[in-house]
Amino acid sequence: MTSTDFLSILPIIILVAWGCVLLLVDVFSKKNTWLTPLLAAAGLMVTLVFSIVQSGTTYTGFNGMVVVDGFSGFLNVLFAVSGLAGIALSFDYNKRMGLDRGEYYILLLFSISGMMLMSVAADLIVVFLALELLSIPLYVLAGFARPKLDSEEAAMKYFLLGAFAGGFVVYGVALAFGATGSTALGEIVAAVNTGTADLTLLTIGAGLIIVGFGFKVAVVPFQMWTPDVYQGAPTGVTAFMAVGAKAAGFAALLRVFVAALPTLYEQIVPIMWVMAALTMIVGNIVAIAQSNIKRMLAYSSIAHAGYIFMALVAFGQADVAPDAVSAALFYLLAYAVTNFGAWAVVIALEKSEGKGLQLDDYAGLGRKYPALAAAMLVFMLSFTGVPPTLGFMGKFFLFRTVLQAGFVWLAIIGVLTSLISAYYYLRVLVIMYMRDGDPEVNTPFLLNLTTGLTAVGTVVLSIVSVPLFKWASQAVLKIF
Amino acid sequence: MNPVLNPLTLVTFFPLLGVLALFFIQSDRKNTLRWTALITSLITFGISMWLLAEFNAKDPELQMVINLPWIQVAGWNISFYMGVDGLSILLVLLTTFLTPISILSTWTAIEERVKDFMLFFLLLEVGMLGVFLAQDLFLFYVFWEFTLVPMYFLIGIWGGPNRMYAAVKFFLYTMAGSLLMLLAILWLGIYQDTFAVPELIAKGGIPANIQIWLFLAFAAAFAIKVPMWPLHSWLPDAHVEAPTAGSVILAGVLLKMGTYGFVRFNIPLFPAAAVKLAPWMALLAVIGIIYGAAVSYAQKDIKKLVAYSSVSHLGFVMLGLFALNPQGIQGGILQMINHGLSTGALFLLVGMIYEQTHTRDFDVYGGLWKLTPVFGTLSLIVVLSSMGLPGLNGFVGEFTILLGAFGSDAIGSPWYAGLAAIGVILAAVYMLYMFQKMFLGPEGSVVEEVKKHGHGIKDLNLREIVTLVPILILIFWIGLYPKPFFALMAPTVDKLVAAVQAAAVAMH
Repeated sequence: MTSTDFLSILPIIILVAWGCVLLLVDVFSKKNTWLTPLLAAAGLMVTLVFSIVQSGTTYTGFNGMVVVDGFSGFLNVLFAVSGLAGIALSFDYNKRMGLDRGEYYILLLFSISGMMLMSVAADLIVVFLALELLSIPLYVLAGFARPKLDSEEAAMKYFLLGAFAGGFVVYGVALAFGATGSTALGEIVAAVNTGTADLTLLTIGAGLIIVGFGFKVAVVPFQMWTPDVYQGAPTGVTAFMAVGAKAAGFAALLRVFVAALPTLYEQIVPIMWVMAALTMIVGNIVAIAQSNIKRMLAYSSIAHAGYIFMALVAFGQADVAPDAVSAALFYLLAYAVTNFGAWAVVIALEKSEGKGLQLDDYAGLGRKYPALAAAMLVFMLSFTGVPPTLGFMGKFFLFRTVLQAGFVWLAIIGVLTSLISAYYYLRVLVIMYMRDGDPEVNTPFLLNLTTGLTAVGTVVLSIVSVPLFKWASQAVLKIF
Repeated sequence: MNPVLNPLTLVTFFPLLGVLALFFIQSDRKNTLRWTALITSLITFGISMWLLAEFNAKDPELQMVINLPWIQVAGWNISFYMGVDGLSILLVLLTTFLTPISILSTWTAIEERVKDFMLFFLLLEVGMLGVFLAQDLFLFYVFWEFTLVPMYFLIGIWGGPNRMYAAVKFFLYTMAGSLLMLLAILWLGIYQDTFAVPELIAKGGIPANIQIWLFLAFAAAFAIKVPMWPLHSWLPDAHVEAPTAGSVILAGVLLKMGTYGFVRFNIPLFPAAAVKLAPWMALLAVIGIIYGAAVSYAQKDIKKLVAYSSVSHLGFVMLGLFALNPQGIQGGILQMINHGLSTGALFLLVGMIYEQTHTRDFDVYGGLWKLTPVFGTLSLIVVLSSMGLPGLNGFVGEFTILLGAFGSDAIGSPWYAGLAAIGVILAAVYMLYMFQKMFLGPEGSVVEEVKKHGHGIKDLNLREIVTLVPILILIFWIGLYPKPFFALMAPTVDKLVAAVQAAAVAMH
C-alpha cells in the first residue's frame, strides 16, 4: 500500500477505526451516554476537515480501484455534514424515546464510511462493497426502536428488499465482467472503445445495476419499501437515510453511468426517461393522500429522487453530462439542507408511541411557536421550489440541464409535478397557520440549532449561492 | 451608480427595514405595529417620489440602471439588473401609492395577529416593486414567485369563511402558469446565453415558430395573473375571501403584474409571435370584456361583482396592449393605473360598509345615501369613474384603447373594438344597478339589523375619508388632465412599437 493508496481512503479509515475504538469506549462508559455521540461527532468533524482539505485534488489509489476527484470531494463533505446533522437530530430524540444506546452512533459512523467509499469507488466490486457497508448498519438502525413493531417491520422490509437489490447489483456486475472482462470502470471503457466488449450483455448488466440502485434511491417502480421504512424507523435514522443513502445511491449511478457507460446511452435512455417521469408523478400524487407527516415526507423524498434522476438521464451527452452531474449534486445538497430541517421539525413535534405525527397535530403551530412554524414554512417552500430558497435554485439548475439535454417533455412533466407537490406542501402551511390547535413541542438546544441553521441556510445560501454553484460545478467526475 | 443609494434598490428594499423593525415590537402593541408599517410605506412612497424626480420622461431607455453580476458561474449569466422606464414608472408609483392606503384601511378591520399581517404586507410590497423593476428574467422570476407567499397568507389567515380554499387555489393557479414561464426563461438562458431583458431584445433572432411556443409559455403565467378569460376562475374566490387591504392590493397591483408582463416581456421579446397572435389575444380580451360584464350583472355579492368587473376592465387593457400601436399601448398602461385606482377604491368602500354590516349581499341594502351622504357621494364618484364617465379617469383610458384598437393593423379588424365598446355600456348597467340597489330607494333590511346592535349605520370617519381622498384626487386629475401621465410613458411606448414593427417586417 503506497501513501497515495492510504490517502485516497483516509476518511474511510478514520471513520472505521474510530468506530471500532468507540465500540470499546461505549462498553466502558455505559453511564455517560453523552460520551459516545460526542466522540462520534468529533470523529466526523476530523473527517469533514480532511474531506475539505482533500477536495480539489484528483488522484487514483489501489491501481485505479478508487479515485479521488471533485465529485467525491463534494459528496464526502455532504456525507460528513449529514452524519453530524443525524447525530444532532438523534441525540435528544433517542433519550426521549428510550433508544439511548451508544452503538447507534457507531453504526452511523460505519454507514457513513460506506457512503464515502461509494463516492470514490471506481471499480464495480468496490461499488458493491460500499453498498453493503453503507446498507447493513442502516438495516440495524431502522430496527433500532425494537421491540416496537413498526420499527421491526421497517428493518425487516428494508433488509429483505435491500438484500434483494444487492443481488441485482452483483448480478449486473457479473454480467458486466462477462461482457468486458473487467470490473474496473477504466477497463470497461477501454473494452467498449476497442470493440472487444459484448454490448448486449453489458446493457443487461447495466440494466440490473439500475434496478439495484433504483431500490436504494427509491425510484419508481422500486419505491414500495420507502414509506413503511421511513415511517417505522426512528425519525433520526429516517432523516439521515433520506439524505445519505439517496446521495450514495446517486453517487454510484452517476459515477458508473457517466464515467463508464456513456456508450450505452441510446439503449438506456428510454428506460431512465420513463423511470424519472414515473417517479415524479407517482411520488407527488401519492403524497397528496397521506395524513401522516413521515409518510408524506417519504413520498416527497421519492418525488425528489425523480427530479435528481432527470439529471442522470443526460448521462451520455458529453457536452451536457458535466453540468448534469453538478446539477444533481447541487440538488442533493439543497435537498439535504431542506430535508434535515423538515425532519428536525417533525422530531420536535413527535411524541412517544408514534403520537404527534399526523398532519392535524400541526394545527396552531404558527400561533404558538412562530419561529418553528416559520422554519417549517421555509422548508416546505424550498421543497416546492419557490424562491428565495435553495430548493428553487436546485430546480432551476436541474431543469436547465434537462432542457439543455433536449428533454423538453421531461422538463414539462417535472414542472407540472412540482405544481402537484405544491398542493401537499401548502397543506402543511394551511394546517400550521390557518387552523387552531394546541400543539406541544420539544425543542432541546441541538434540535433548535439544526432547525435554525438549516432554515437560515435554505434562504441565505439561495441568495449568496455563487460559492455553492462554483463548488458543485468543480465537482466533475474523472472520466476514464 | 452606487447600488445602495440608487433610488430603485432603495425603493424596493426599504420596506424590509420596516419588517426588521416590526420584529422587535411586541405583538400586543397593535397601534405601534400599525404606525410602523404605515410610516415605512409612506417613506417608501417618498422614495418613489424621488425616483420620479430623477426620471427623465423624454428618454425612452431604461434609467437609473443598476447592473451587478450575481450568479456568473458554470455557464450561468445571471445579474442583479434593475431599471425603470416609461412602461414601469407609473406602476411603481401605483404600488407605493396604494400600499400605505391599504395599510390605513386595516386600522380597525384587522385586529387579529396585526404583527404578522403587517409583516406580510410589507414583504408583498418588496415583491411587487421588484417585479416592476427587475430587468433580468431570473431576478424577475424570483420576485414574481415571491409575491405569492405573502398574498397566500393574507388571504389564508385574515380572509373570509372559505379562505383556505381560496388561498390554495390562488397559489396553485398562479404557480401553474409561472412554471411554464420558468421553462421558457431557461430556454432563453440556454440558447441566448443571457437572462438580461435588454440584451435579449437586442439579440433577437429567435425563429418565429419557436417564438410562438415561448410566447405561449410566458403568456400562461401572465394570462392567469391578469386574469384573461378563460383562466379567471381563481379571481372571484380570492377577492371574495381576501380581507379588504388584500383585495385592494390584489386588484390594484397584483393583477397589473400580468398585464405588465405582457408589455414588458411578451411583446418585445417575441415580436413576431406577438404580431401573429394579436388577433387571438384581442379575441380573448373582447370575450373577457363582455363575459366579465355579463357575469357582473348577475352577482348579488358586491365583492364578486367588483371582481368580475375586473375581468372586464382588464380585457380592455389587453385589447389596448395587443393593438400594438402607440395609442393602444399607452391607453392600456394608463388603464392599468385607472383600474388600480377605481377598483382599489371600490374595494375600500365595500370594506368600509362591510365592517359595519357584515354582509355583502346588496339585496339587503337600500337607501344608504340619506343615512351616509359622504359615503354615498364618494361611492358615486368611484362608480362613475369605474364605468368610464367622461371627465373621470376611466374614460380617458378606455377611449384611448378603443381608438388604438379601431386603427390597429395587428388586430386587423375594427369589429373587436366595436364589440368592446358594448362593454362600456354594460359597465354602466351593472355599476349603476349596484349603486341604485345600495344607495337609492327605500331603506334596506340591513339598516334595521345594524340598529339592533347599537346606533345605526355611521357615515365615514376622518381616517376613512383620508384613505379615499388621495385616490379621488387622482381620479379627477387623470380624467381632466391626463397629459403628464401620457408624457411619462410616450417615448418608451413609441420605441417599443417601432421595434415590434421592425421585427414584424423583418419576419415577412
